[in-house]
Amino acid sequence: MDEQTVTRLSVLADKVRLDTLKTLKNMGYGHLGGSFSIAELLAVLYGKQMRIRPQEPRWADRDRLVLSKGHAGPGLYAMLANMGYFDKSMLATLNEGGTNLPSHPDRLKTPGVDATTGSLGQGTSVAAGIATGLRLDKKDNYVYLICGDGELNEGQCWEAFQYLAHFKLNNCIVIIDDNKKQLDGLTVDIMNPFDFQKKMEAFGFYTLKVKGDDIRAIDAAIEELKSVKDQAVCLVLDSIKGQGVPYFETLNDNHSVKFNNDEINQAAEETIVALEKSIKEREQVNV
Amino acid sequence: MFKQIETAELGKELRMVVVDTIKALMDENKRVIALDADLGSASGWTTLEGTNKERFFNMGIAEANMVGVAAGLSLTNYIPFIHTFGPFATRRVFDQMFISGGYAGNTINVYGSDPGFAAGPNGGTHTTWEDVALMRMVPNSTICDAADEVQMEWIIRTFSQLRGIHYVRGNRKAVHKVYAPGSTFELGKGNLLQEGNDILLVAAGQLVYETLQLTKLLVQEGYSVAVIDMFTIKPLDKELLLAQSKDKKLIITIENHSINGGLGSAVAETLAENGCGIPLQRIGVNERFGQVGTPDFLQAEFGLTTDKIYEQVQPNLANLN
Repeated sequence: MDEQTVTRLSVLADKVRLDTLKTLKNMGYGHLGGSFSIAELLAVLYGKQMRIRPQEPRWADRDRLVLSKGHAGPGLYAMLANMGYFDKSMLATLNEGGTNLPSHPDRLKTPGVDATTGSLGQGTSVAAGIATGLRLDKKDNYVYLICGDGELNEGQCWEAFQYLAHFKLNNCIVIIDDNKKQLDGLTVDIMNPFDFQKKMEAFGFYTLKVKGDDIRAIDAAIEELKSVKDQAVCLVLDSIKGQGVPYFETLNDNHSVKFNNDEINQAAEETIVALEKSIKEREQVNV
Repeated sequence: MFKQIETAELGKELRMVVVDTIKALMDENKRVIALDADLGSASGWTTLEGTNKERFFNMGIAEANMVGVAAGLSLTNYIPFIHTFGPFATRRVFDQMFISGGYAGNTINVYGSDPGFAAGPNGGTHTTWEDVALMRMVPNSTICDAADEVQMEWIIRTFSQLRGIHYVRGNRKAVHKVYAPGSTFELGKGNLLQEGNDILLVAAGQLVYETLQLTKLLVQEGYSVAVIDMFTIKPLDKELLLAQSKDKKLIITIENHSINGGLGSAVAETLAENGCGIPLQRIGVNERFGQVGTPDFLQAEFGLTTDKIYEQVQPNLANLN
């Protein structure tokens, strides 16, 4: 990947962070940590890998993205808005009564949302079903299934994984956002996941692991997974909850962040200013 | 139009009616697809592999995944039919059916087999007397209880043409014939099988046959009895129910289900909301779990044979006189 593309995608990732932060701060609370941890992933997918037409969200030949960790909806919405699926002004309506941007993605409401998720675990099977349908139709599209590490507490995920592996549905790229935290604390303390890579390999998956903020590595891994024949594929994203902003990375309770005190509000303001400045600088260099 | 037949004959096994109908649908429409959760040998669905192997999936013993995969298939414009035993098709996968299915606007056609006493030797773990109650709670769902083979075929064919969550329950084995071959029905419309002035019997599923036997006993005793086969429990045919309840002295619902949440409840709600002050008796199961036994034993144990139903309605009949 050339330097210009890396810069373009890193800018896109930070735009996801910036717009997510603005949206959540405006609302006063929200799922920040798990949105930030997939910012680079979303940038690589929407900015490079996915075959999509934002002006035609239900284009039959599009690749699909199933955000099974539906609580990262704000991050997804920020990406969809940046891709032009809808106007950015809509982001401010998150969770408002009657909004088309509910906390958890709803395919019937939001342009660009391919699957309704939020009841954890269920997106895995839905993605497997979409992959099955695409395979039967002999389409060369991909389904990108993004699971949370905490989400994998849910048994249904493992039902879906064994199904994907058994039927060798390598058109469904399973991505585990291993950001090490779930709502009540560290995944290792709540329900030890042990080694996701080994687990997925034991389930029959060709599995790669990369740093969650390494755009080149994420992209290269997806390319490699697309070249795998006759085997289900998985990417473990070694990420950080709150990734990309040191204040939020180290914030203890960063699953759903509450903007309810001077310290956090000041940190948010400073982050917004810094991200805007940094994005502007990189975009100027990258023209 | 439907035509009743008078016979004590058993029909074709309902599971094979379902299989053969889906097989025909798969031949007719390349978007029809079938999923079973490792009960294909028990349901006959493994025979679907014969002609359309690529569109039959044995999902293993993983019902939640089966429902989610069906939702995903719906998102790629397939028309999924899924099967497992009634309790696992509803109770076990309720959130998947509700969210991945209904809430997400997807289409899933469900055959939940061996409801209620039909679970027989599989016993209490495999018994559902709450499947209809659960499925009624999925907004805009459609729920049918098939009276016989002719109706089952019609229901499966009809489901294949609709979008949404559709549930049909039915014995795997043969049940008594009620309708003549070629009969057609209307979804959401009850079938008035007999007109009468004193008592209204509202039944669904294989107990429609028992209800017709009960009717004969009551008629012999001089009662004038109306009978509705309310094979679509949701949406309920309120119009027919209210029209037929007019001037009746007693209404009785009969179902192979809990009296709470199913046909009896739906009828009670409708009657109460419309100010019908007519005595209502709900025949079914009340606050009991299933148990093991032959289906015949269980049908009697839970008071759902013609004789047992007849016994249970006696106090209310006495009040009529």
